[in-house]
Amino acid sequence: MTESTYRIQGATGDWEVVIGLEVHAQVTSNSKLFSGSATAFGAEPNSQVSLVDAAMPGMLPVPNQECIRQAVRTGMAINAQINKWSRFDRKNYFYADLPQGYQISQLYHPLVGEGSIEIVLDEKDPENSTKTIGVERIHVEQDAGKLMHDQHPTMSYVDLNRSGVALMEIVSRPDMRSPAEAGAYLTKLRTILRYVGSCDGNMDQGSMRADVNVSVRKPGEPFGTRTETKNVNSVRFVMQAIEHEANRQVDVLESGGTIVQETRLFDPNSGTTRSMRSKEDAHDYRYFPDPDLLPLELDDAFLEDCRGSLPELPDAKRHRYESDLDLSAYNAGVLTADVETARWFELLLAETAKAAGKQPAEVAKQASNWLISELFGALNKLGTSLEESPVTPEKGAELLALVAKGTISGSAAKQVLELMLETGDDAGAIVEREGLKQESDTGAIEAEVDKVLAANADKVEQYKAGKEALFGFFVGQTMKAMKGKGNPKVVNEILKAKLG
Amino acid sequence: MSVDTATVAKIASLARIQVNAQEIEAMVPELNGILAWVEQLGEVDVSGIEPMTAVIPNQQRLREDVIDADPLTGGGKRDAVLANAPAAEHGFFGVPKVIE
Amino acid sequence: MTDLTELGVAAIRDGVAKGDFTAVEVADAFNANVAAAQDALNAFIVATPEAAVEAARATDAKRAAGETLGKMAGVPIGMKDLFATKGVQTTAASHILEGFKPEYESTVSQKLWDAGAGMLGKLNLDQFAMGSSNETSYFGNVISPWRRPGSNAPLAPGGSSGGSSAAIAARLCPAATGTDTGGSIRQPAAFTGITGIKPTYGRCSRWGVVAFASSLDQAGAMAHDVTDCSIMLEAMTGFDPKDSTSLDMPVPEWTANLSADLKGKKVGIPREYRVDGMPAEIEAIWQQGIAWLKDAGAEVVDVTLPHTQYALPAYYIIAPAEASSNLARYDGVRYGLRDLPDGANLQDMYAATRAAGFGAEVKRRILIGTYVLSAGFYDAYYTQAQKVRTLISHDFMGAFSEVDVLLTPTAPSAAFALGENADDPLAMYLNDVFTVPASLAGLPAMSVPAGLDAQGLPLGLQLIGKPFDEQGVLNAGLAIEQRAGFAAKPEKWW
Ligand SMILES: [Mg+2]
Ligand SMILES: [Zn+2]
Repeated sequence: MTESTYRIQGATGDWEVVIGLEVHAQVTSNSKLFSGSATAFGAEPNSQVSLVDAAMPGMLPVPNQECIRQAVRTGMAINAQINKWSRFDRKNYFYADLPQGYQISQLYHPLVGEGSIEIVLDEKDPENSTKTIGVERIHVEQDAGKLMHDQHPTMSYVDLNRSGVALMEIVSRPDMRSPAEAGAYLTKLRTILRYVGSCDGNMDQGSMRADVNVSVRKPGEPFGTRTETKNVNSVRFVMQAIEHEANRQVDVLESGGTIVQETRLFDPNSGTTRSMRSKEDAHDYRYFPDPDLLPLELDDAFLEDCRGSLPELPDAKRHRYESDLDLSAYNAGVLTADVETARWFELLLAETAKAAGKQPAEVAKQASNWLISELFGALNKLGTSLEESPVTPEKGAELLALVAKGTISGSAAKQVLELMLETGDDAGAIVEREGLKQESDTGAIEAEVDKVLAANADKVEQYKAGKEALFGFFVGQTMKAMKGKGNPKVVNEILKAKLG
Repeated sequence: MSVDTATVAKIASLARIQVNAQEIEAMVPELNGILAWVEQLGEVDVSGIEPMTAVIPNQQRLREDVIDADPLTGGGKRDAVLANAPAAEHGFFGVPKVIE
Repeated sequence: MTDLTELGVAAIRDGVAKGDFTAVEVADAFNANVAAAQDALNAFIVATPEAAVEAARATDAKRAAGETLGKMAGVPIGMKDLFATKGVQTTAASHILEGFKPEYESTVSQKLWDAGAGMLGKLNLDQFAMGSSNETSYFGNVISPWRRPGSNAPLAPGGSSGGSSAAIAARLCPAATGTDTGGSIRQPAAFTGITGIKPTYGRCSRWGVVAFASSLDQAGAMAHDVTDCSIMLEAMTGFDPKDSTSLDMPVPEWTANLSADLKGKKVGIPREYRVDGMPAEIEAIWQQGIAWLKDAGAEVVDVTLPHTQYALPAYYIIAPAEASSNLARYDGVRYGLRDLPDGANLQDMYAATRAAGFGAEVKRRILIGTYVLSAGFYDAYYTQAQKVRTLISHDFMGAFSEVDVLLTPTAPSAAFALGENADDPLAMYLNDVFTVPASLAGLPAMSVPAGLDAQGLPLGLQLIGKPFDEQGVLNAGLAIEQRAGFAAKPEKWW
């Protein structure tokens, strides 16, 4: 566990920042939490709205099993208490994006209780920079609709497509002490959700938003009054919002003011927060158990099914890469940071091992280094991602196997990758076409070596007399004679044997 | 517990029901009469008693995750959803402009 | 030819099936009664004569084709205007829903249409089913067809299903749907000399029924007699996957198993229902009921329901709390009334719309409900009330470990005059003193007409059964019905 040293320097001394995050993550499901309408992003306004979502008179909620299952699996992934008895409560307030006049949520008996998430603060030194952030609870609730303010001079427009989509609200403990810790927490949470498959983590489509609770205090003092900045939708913005909000609070306190517990809004353009006028109204949500729903009781078979369907999770995978594949902590961290990267890497590894006729562990370093330094670099330059890479794991494996078997040299491999990305062709075809194959046939190389040694008998004498620096000369001559296509490893070996 | 005019005004505002001073005046004794009467519940010894959660012992059923499985509770019916709207505009519900 | 409007559900259905008369003749006859009584009784908010005739034609055609007819084939009924009916205005008797035409049909009404019933119209009720006298409807009071002798003073038909009770008593329909949250089927049935049953909570789907208090609301049948109620109830009930609180149980064959022989049955008389100031006539009819049930072979025993006196106050916390939330959706955005004063913002629009759209009693209950749920008061009021509710339920379970069914009066008085209790909400609430406990416990309960008071007004007796034991309630009701021989009718003045 590391202690944060992040402080805001004020006129009256150093201030510590206390941060808690409430993350709303859209549950991956086909249909909504309490109705059968679709959840797909980007549909025509109000086209994915049922009579239930529009809160027509007499409409009733019936919960979607998949949403419950995904929330339970998420809870299990953070080692949280799963509550076999939970229930839904109504949170009452009036807003145009909330058709029922209440949100169905869980206050008194959430589905998931206490859990935790381990974050890494220094990717270069993951073993010595971890911190555990407590998760207080995960509850399931309905999303609201969307208000559009810029389509009409005097009206706002309401689109209820999102209304009723299932959310998990993942509430952290106020355990974070710097923007970096909050960033790492949010990133790690996103990683876990994507591994579990309970949320796509798509922050720019609003699949994950964070309500950021920030307060400041002098180190060692009790918690100060917090503000809640709503719906911040990127890791960078969360860090910015915290930084701005903490500094604002320090300024207020140091100039003799007090912090008002309030809801604030983050402006991504200016990187600042401001008080939210429309929600100034006294928060009295009058929570009570939703009488349209019954207590949710989960049986052991359901829980076992949830547990059994969990994939290997990022922390376990990282440790396995380090111990079983002997990867560096850094590489293991990079490869497990996203479920798609890990999936890609594991395919690459399996295919490479198969093509090279080796055990995965034997090619793991080669594969991880190539993926991280070669392919990531190349994709970065092209401004594309692994998901959209024209080089598939299978194609990458073919290339790596060519290197592993000595068919091409490492430097030729770089050239081949560039051409693969450019043309989409297979490695083998490119090597053939470009004549990049290196000669590994010992007979052919031996013949060339013999010629070189015969032509340079004097230098052989000198070498044998102790001028060992001449070894490089023989290598160079042999490679030259083979027009650079001799496998340097084989050339070395044969020369060594011949020269004794 | 009893309510005064300020409390009634606050409750009415929470409930989004516009009331004038006269109405509030009239409501105060009415609500206090009802509240005083229901407060006899305080006499009941409820130690060890759980609040009722399901009137007929029963537990929550869960639905399969299928889109529009029942047309009555599925989407794809924008016209039906907007049919009774006081201000349906371009496929949206119109409301007075909201400033956030 | 007999006056078809004198017939009940079974008689109409069987007569149509046998070819004694056609369903269209029946529909025409009731349509005529509906039209003739509308100005005087105001039982309907909307009449739908074409719908009744159309359903009747379909039944007649089916019969002609030799197809199997449904349980309610050829029977035109009234639909309480709390049930959403596709394309037909559905208002809950509130201005806030005036003009609302649902794009959907409630499960219960759909089941009735599927069983061959036809719709005569949408029946008036207390606004959002909040009331016991039908004086809170935006569309005007319903007037009971009953009158005190020598008086023209309009009497309450009971509430909230007062349109239903008045229409049946006045022969505007042979049967009607009701909904019962704290007694809204049973009390109006008692006031008008008809029969009404509310089944176990969860038997009837709440899908498409405008909600008042979700944990209490339950639809049921209202008709002239026990058999008719039983037939209609079979057609209305059944599992609905769209309602989370719907009971996933088969619908029993209540009608086929009706029996007034109560040998081996025990009937409980809850001593706490003998309340202070109860009129002697109510006590007398109760004693009469006990005698009838004994005569039917039942053993009658005293039982205790110690928390009875707390049922009404608990109800008046729970029901308004749920209502305050259930009625939040009426905000002028998606349907119904919108009141948008000049320069109003969104929240102003809500407040203006709801002030203009809701009646006084609805506002009163929303405010009570909002208050009892608000910060700092929730546990003292709501949680306490739900705990008391648990105790009330335990009381019933205790009694039902000894007896099969309970007998009580339905209401503490016969019908009162309109306006009599209008200024005193508490006096009005006390009307439900005998009906509310069973509602809080979700139990099946029914009112059967038992006799007349000294003024010639009907009095009802209530039977309360174990969860799922509608049969026990219906059978005990039938035993009383057969012995009471209640045949009184309001004298036609409209
Ligand atoms: Mg929150
Ligand atoms: Zn939330």
